[in-house]
Amino acid sequence: MIRGVDEGERLEMLAAWLLAFLWAAPLLYAAWAAFHPMDFVSRFDLRAPLTLDNFRSAWKVAPFARYFLNTFLLVCMTLAGQLIVCTLAAYCFARFEFPGKNVAFLLVLVQIMIMPDVLIVQNYLTTSRLGLVDTILGIGLPYMGSAFGIFLLRQAFKQVPQELEDAARVEGAGWLSILLKVYVPLTRPTYLAYGLVSVSYHWNNFLWPVVITNSTTTRPLTVGLSIFGAPESGVNFSVISAGTLLAVSPLLIAFLLFQRQFVQSFMRSGIK
Amino acid sequence: MAAALRKAMSFNSKTARWVNAWLLLSPAAVLMVAFTHFPIVGGFFASFFSTARPGRPSRFVGVENYTSMLNDPVFWQVLGNNFFYALGTIPLSVSLALLMAVWVNGRFRGRAVVRAAYFTPTILPMIAVANIWLFFYTPQIGLLDKIRSLFGLASHSWLGDPGTALACLMVLAVWKDAGFFMIFYLAALQAIPPELEEAAVIEGAGRWYFFRRITVPLLMPTTLFVVVNATIHSFKLVDHIFILTKGGPDNASSLLLYYIYEVAFSFWDTAYASTLTVVLLAILGALAVGQFAYLEKRVHYR
Repeated sequence: MIRGVDEGERLEMLAAWLLAFLWAAPLLYAAWAAFHPMDFVSRFDLRAPLTLDNFRSAWKVAPFARYFLNTFLLVCMTLAGQLIVCTLAAYCFARFEFPGKNVAFLLVLVQIMIMPDVLIVQNYLTTSRLGLVDTILGIGLPYMGSAFGIFLLRQAFKQVPQELEDAARVEGAGWLSILLKVYVPLTRPTYLAYGLVSVSYHWNNFLWPVVITNSTTTRPLTVGLSIFGAPESGVNFSVISAGTLLAVSPLLIAFLLFQRQFVQSFMRSGIK
Repeated sequence: MAAALRKAMSFNSKTARWVNAWLLLSPAAVLMVAFTHFPIVGGFFASFFSTARPGRPSRFVGVENYTSMLNDPVFWQVLGNNFFYALGTIPLSVSLALLMAVWVNGRFRGRAVVRAAYFTPTILPMIAVANIWLFFYTPQIGLLDKIRSLFGLASHSWLGDPGTALACLMVLAVWKDAGFFMIFYLAALQAIPPELEEAAVIEGAGRWYFFRRITVPLLMPTTLFVVVNATIHSFKLVDHIFILTKGGPDNASSLLLYYIYEVAFSFWDTAYASTLTVVLLAILGALAVGQFAYLEKRVHYR
């Protein structure tokens, strides 16, 4: 009887590992192709010679250094903007009473369902009126007023005991120092969660950046990768794999090192 | 006199607080209005005008864009594709997500490795993984055809065949999203009190019975959340199309948002692209209203 249960569970574990292997396979395969000569791209010989040539050619074929810089600037700029804008708005929604508050909050929630990603047509026209087409600021600006960030931080701020704010006020602290010295330090885990989700999102974002950029000096990694990986570019698969691994490596390494924080951040971001 | 002064003061401090509140809100308000609310409303207006062309300024055309949309076979095709795509990916990725969560929630050696394997596709850019998958699907030299050739099967142009191109995108989407949805089930599973399972074991309920009659109903709110999110994903995420098929052959693998992109930035017909966007927004809006109405009915939702 008990043996039967054991048997079933062992079978389930086998299935779990099999699925895990299936899920890891594309990335493992890309690594195989990137570190071996092109001849071994679909010949799995353990004695195949290892090489870094593919990485060298990828780095030479496309301006990856520039793409990295662009993505880095984009991610930092967007996150910085989001943190400032969302902190102020979240504090307002958590602790202030004012006429129009409910309507304003409802309007914020609209963006949870309809993100700027689907509004590319009108946002392109707006960005071009602002003269920000083909700038890194133009890629990040539509995302800086983030409903998701406001919502997440507002929830966290509401958990902060009102007495702490009152005490700080008695000591003569203004709202800005209350915000910076009471609210922000007490809600650091929420900031970390939001930061991780935002950085991964904008590191990976493609549609809006491809619409709004048209030169090497502004293109982020994803857009660069799409040009580089296109069949017209005539680059072979080993080199494409190497380039792809290069582009994903910072985020991938960060994830493998801080797996728990990543999973928890994404989890927290979904539990509304 | 003093009372009047106090009244004025309190009024002032109240007004000051209002002003403060709106000042705090203003950066977010300006950005959100400019890039979310204005484009929604502006796009709706633009759908009643013609696209401005050199020598032909934009003019009011009434519902002309909408009638030409209804007569546009490509519109119906991408809409159909999108529904088929949603129908094909959502049940599969959601049930796989639940399965993964149940497995990863158990105790066994190497659990962290398995969880990492399931979750990794989530943090990779769609563009990057599409580059890798493109090679799987390549006829003859691709991995898929290599495996098929082992069984003596002929090579097949997976992405070039209208019958299989959309399915290729769907497989990739399921692979990418299942691990993401897994973590929400994982969070919900960890919230189920262990006493429930102990009680069930004492009552002699089997694992499968417990899963079906207790776990699945308890996870209903999570399932709703995940399904709504998966539906939004299926209308919002079109990055892989750029790499794998470009919507082809003959729009067989194009989705609504990709078609909007093409109309706006390849054909430069912003009025028609705005009209198509109105349809996309109507779908997303209906989804939001449906979710809200459903939640209103359920008191037990956290």
